[in-house]
Amino acid sequence: MTEHFKKASQHVNQNERLIFETSSPGKRAFELPPLDVPAADAAKILGRYHRLEGVSDFPEVSEIEVLRHFTRLSTWNYAIDLGMYPLGSCTMKYNPRVNEFVARLEGIATEHPYQPQELSQGCLKIIKLLEDCLLEITGMDSITLQPAAGAQGELTGLLLIRAYLQKRGNPRKKVLIPDSAHGTNPATAVIAGYQVENIKSESHGQIDVEKLRDLITEDVAALMITNPSTLGIFEPRITEIADILHHKGALLYMDGANMNALTGITRPGDMGVDVMHLNLHKTFSTPHGGGGPGAGPVAMKKILEPFRPTPVLIEKDAGRLCLDSNRPESIGRVKAFAGNFGVLVRALAYILAYGPGIRQATEDAVLNATYIRKNLEGVYDLPYSLPSMHEVVFSDARQKQNGVNTMDIAKRLIDYGFHPYTTAFPLIVPGALMIEPTESESKEECDLFIDAMKSIAEEAATNPQLVKTAPHTTRIGRLDEVGAARKPILRWKQAPARSEAAD
Amino acid sequence: MRYLPKSPAERKQMLAVVGSKSIDELFSSVPEQYRLKKALNLPGPLSEAEIIQYFKARAAENSLGYTSFLGAGVYNHLRSVITDTIIQRGEFLTSYTPYQAEITQGTLQSIFEFQTLMCQLTGQEVANASMYDGSTAATEAVLMAERLTSRSRVLVARSVHPEYRAVLKTYAKNSGLSVEEVPISADGTVDTKALQSSLKEDVAAVLVQSPNFLGAIEPIADLANIAHKVGALLVATVTEAVSLGVVNPPAEADIVAMEGQSFGLAPSYGGPYVGVIASREKFVRQMPGRLVGQTTDSNGRRGFVLTLATREQHIRREKATSNICTNQALCALAATVHLCLLGKEGLREMAHQNLSKARFALAELEKIPGVRRAFDAPFFNEFTIELPRSVKLVNAQLLREKIIGPFVLGTAYPELTKHALVCVTETITRVEIEKFAGALRSTLEQPV
Repeated sequence: MTEHFKKASQHVNQNERLIFETSSPGKRAFELPPLDVPAADAAKILGRYHRLEGVSDFPEVSEIEVLRHFTRLSTWNYAIDLGMYPLGSCTMKYNPRVNEFVARLEGIATEHPYQPQELSQGCLKIIKLLEDCLLEITGMDSITLQPAAGAQGELTGLLLIRAYLQKRGNPRKKVLIPDSAHGTNPATAVIAGYQVENIKSESHGQIDVEKLRDLITEDVAALMITNPSTLGIFEPRITEIADILHHKGALLYMDGANMNALTGITRPGDMGVDVMHLNLHKTFSTPHGGGGPGAGPVAMKKILEPFRPTPVLIEKDAGRLCLDSNRPESIGRVKAFAGNFGVLVRALAYILAYGPGIRQATEDAVLNATYIRKNLEGVYDLPYSLPSMHEVVFSDARQKQNGVNTMDIAKRLIDYGFHPYTTAFPLIVPGALMIEPTESESKEECDLFIDAMKSIAEEAATNPQLVKTAPHTTRIGRLDEVGAARKPILRWKQAPARSEAAD
Repeated sequence: MRYLPKSPAERKQMLAVVGSKSIDELFSSVPEQYRLKKALNLPGPLSEAEIIQYFKARAAENSLGYTSFLGAGVYNHLRSVITDTIIQRGEFLTSYTPYQAEITQGTLQSIFEFQTLMCQLTGQEVANASMYDGSTAATEAVLMAERLTSRSRVLVARSVHPEYRAVLKTYAKNSGLSVEEVPISADGTVDTKALQSSLKEDVAAVLVQSPNFLGAIEPIADLANIAHKVGALLVATVTEAVSLGVVNPPAEADIVAMEGQSFGLAPSYGGPYVGVIASREKFVRQMPGRLVGQTTDSNGRRGFVLTLATREQHIRREKATSNICTNQALCALAATVHLCLLGKEGLREMAHQNLSKARFALAELEKIPGVRRAFDAPFFNEFTIELPRSVKLVNAQLLREKIIGPFVLGTAYPELTKHALVCVTETITRVEIEKFAGALRSTLEQPV
């Protein structure tokens, strides 16, 4: 290791096979209390439905082996708890542990969604308070906490728009989506029954407002805008855009994935947005957990309120809360039960920790991104020069001259002890390096990151091969992804010596 | 603020570097008229101790101290402290979707193990790395069948969870799918005669649930045969996954959409849980959601990567198989750890205990005059009983004995006016079953 690697040094980690390969018949890791009723005769009761042999090839291991297995696997992961995780668009901020604690309390984690509502007032109060907080933060009139994630929030939002337009006589045909948008936007529009019309960004990466005027016809139901955009740049003409849409009877949807740039500073509801989703696993710090779970609440203006998915939280006499499913104009259910409640608990705990001071988190997030941008400008190409907010997008244009691309630089960052930034997104920047530090990084961690990025730029110029073959310090090198897709192996199977026909 | 790692002096230094006089200058791109002039009206700030206090106070307003006989898609099962110990490790908890395989092998290998466990349980060949929950998995499975068959009619058994059917309707409305329901027969399973008469060559899928919402185990193999005769696919959903420890898997179904909540996940007032889609290998390219595959690095070492991503929204955009991005990965990890702990014998024993306790409970309840079993089909840990009077009124009485009574079927099935769905898992003791039966007996003995 050279002196460049200020943050990381190598250490031994353990090898570990698949759990199935460590299995041996007769071992067990879980014991139940003895059965206190007469044992049923399963064969007699179930007849032809009886699974006589149990589950073939299921693991048989002891408790210490299970614990070690997953502990060893965990050490092969990078995580926010280990250091900066500058994945643009993902808002990898600190996940406070008290949030985990309260979500697991007896009386919170143990509650059944169908238990009587008079025995659920605690859960419903949590939902109500989170609703109120998110309405204050977004400046909207009404909200649903049902959707399980951002993409489901997008779908819910578009279905609300569809129901509203339908009631006015015509659901319309198209949804406009900028070419800088997240892939979920177009994928969602199709499920909501709309055709997607992609709109090209203008030369500064912003929405081309003049062109938009021409594009908006009586066929357009909505525009899905991400603000700040995936370039991290605020769209200052958002109210004008909303006016253009409203004038033609269309609505403005805002993808709230980047709300970490706005919380406490400004409110989408004050800028003409009709409906938006929030990603609680981004802005509101619920853990990403290797890909989920999340929650995607949808906040909206009054005009969309009647169409909210069921059930809807209402307040009855004497402050009694209840979930109401009798909503004739509702778009219906988007998910069973009452949303990802455990995620909602964590998000509320996060908001309560900050209170109005949540603005400081936004300020620090933007300060960190701007600081990194300032320090790396000139080292990496900055394709769009408007001021950025919570994230900054560079390109690999300079390094490409030596054959080094964004993925190579990202992989080399691993050797320096960092998780890579987001590569190759947004699509409007060829060879993008999308960096979002969040407010959770200290000046020292930002400086280490800047040093690492500068050092890699130098390596790309002087020793490109070193960067192109990175990472050099991980347990495994770059994997054969083409081979994985060509002949997919998607599960473990018992070696052919033994038959698995019984499974 | 304790979560923010900067001193005032450091903020000043950083501002000086970027050449801004004040923090406000960083937000100059937000037009002045939209900038908030006052602080947000939010409760807090609260210290850690106050946060815990707040949530403990809310917990006290819930159902602490009650015994519950509710299931209906959400089940209370034993969970090991090991599961929570593992999933709270920061390396799993605070990691992202494993796009950078070299530093996420832990997550990737565990997902590969999850996919394997799901295949073994369901008798299918491939399983994805999670959907939001059972309801959206069932819906996505039907949409998958629509793509595979290029047909647009769907037959759904009325014995499928009412909320699952409702979610399907929401999604189907704008996808050009027509959804029709198939009635329930006298024994509680799907009415196969009615099914056969609705089945035509234009049907993409038949959606059934087993054990179904009334508790009855469906004849999956027979239903698959019926569906296949007209080229339709059978989609089977499983809401009580522990049943697979003792009940044959829906191996004959073409797509299985399962809720994995029973595997180590707390009820948590409705979520987060974990949905899974499992299917045949030949259908994998129409599957929604993430998949992890095995491969090698340049030195021939085994490793795991996200694969077949060309199905997904971040690559295919409007042509993707689904819009799903964030999924339920940590819940899938919890299920994986839980199943490794249970192992082959533990799962079988847990399933067998459920079977035994539910049979015992039914026998105790059937002794009460006026209480009868409503359907004859075999059941796992849930069964439907018919009472001589309104279940709602009976449940109100049971609450006085600190018992949360069974699910009131009349709310979802108007024709089942006096029917209740009783769930008994291994967490319920004999004493609690006897107390429930005793309380029900004395309630029914009281004059109306």
